[in-house]
Amino acid sequence: MPENTVFWVLAALAVGGGVMVFRFDSMARATYALLLSLLCVGGMVILLGLDYLGVVIVLMMTIEMAIMAVFMVMYMMNPAGLMPMSMQHNKKGAAVVCTGVFLLMASGIVLAPWPPRAGTADDDPTKALGESLMGPQMLTMMTLGFALFATIVATVLLATHRGRYDRLGDDLRARRADDPVPGGVGR
Amino acid sequence: MNLELFLLAAAALFGVGLFGALTQQSVVMLMMGLELMLGGVILAAAAVWHYIAPAATDGQVLVVLAVTVMAVEMAIGFAVVTALFRAREVDMTDEAGDLRA
Repeated sequence: MPENTVFWVLAALAVGGGVMVFRFDSMARATYALLLSLLCVGGMVILLGLDYLGVVIVLMMTIEMAIMAVFMVMYMMNPAGLMPMSMQHNKKGAAVVCTGVFLLMASGIVLAPWPPRAGTADDDPTKALGESLMGPQMLTMMTLGFALFATIVATVLLATHRGRYDRLGDDLRARRADDPVPGGVGR
Repeated sequence: MNLELFLLAAAALFGVGLFGALTQQSVVMLMMGLELMLGGVILAAAAVWHYIAPAATDGQVLVVLAVTVMAVEMAIGFAVVTALFRAREVDMTDEAGDLRA
């Protein structure tokens, strides 16, 4: 019974927080509404017995939203929300599409003949996950690793102020790169 | 609590996130919609693991995958916003439409 109450509270806060993200004028409030929503998702994952993954989601979302708040204040035109403004387009069309998608998914969820529970969970699901990622799901883990490494390289390349033309000249033929700070291999 | 309730909550999160992704003009707000949609995917994967196949770890692996996608989406998204802002001093999707070749 207490689990039911916890589920309803978390589900209501998750969906309500998600709705408030797009209703707040203040960017900081929108970020914290998203944080609340995703923390509740982490809470529901813990409720389902995945303690480790739930805690990972909670920690990751807390840090992610803190970073997101900084970016919103940096780039958004009205970060404090002192002047009410709308930054949305085609609200009616999007509402129709989203309601349709939700109703389609909800009807599938309610009408689908879900199979009965097969087997029981491992005593330690975290250990089972670790052994799976280091065993049968190794390819998934390796792909995720390469994707994260590629992300690091791509984000630095995208966000850096100086490109190769700044370093090596317009024809890329400079003998030495013009870097503000000396360093690198062989220097 | 049952599978259907968790999946309905996940579908609601996905729907709200889709609304944000379709309506928001700011790239950062658009990314918030994507994060909500991925939150729905995470919840659905965890619920399917718990109620249908707890003996297998596939549901947990899907959660790990979705969490990683969230991190990658945010990192790449912010890098793109930074590059866009440096080039145009905008962070709006409408003003980035003409970047296509």
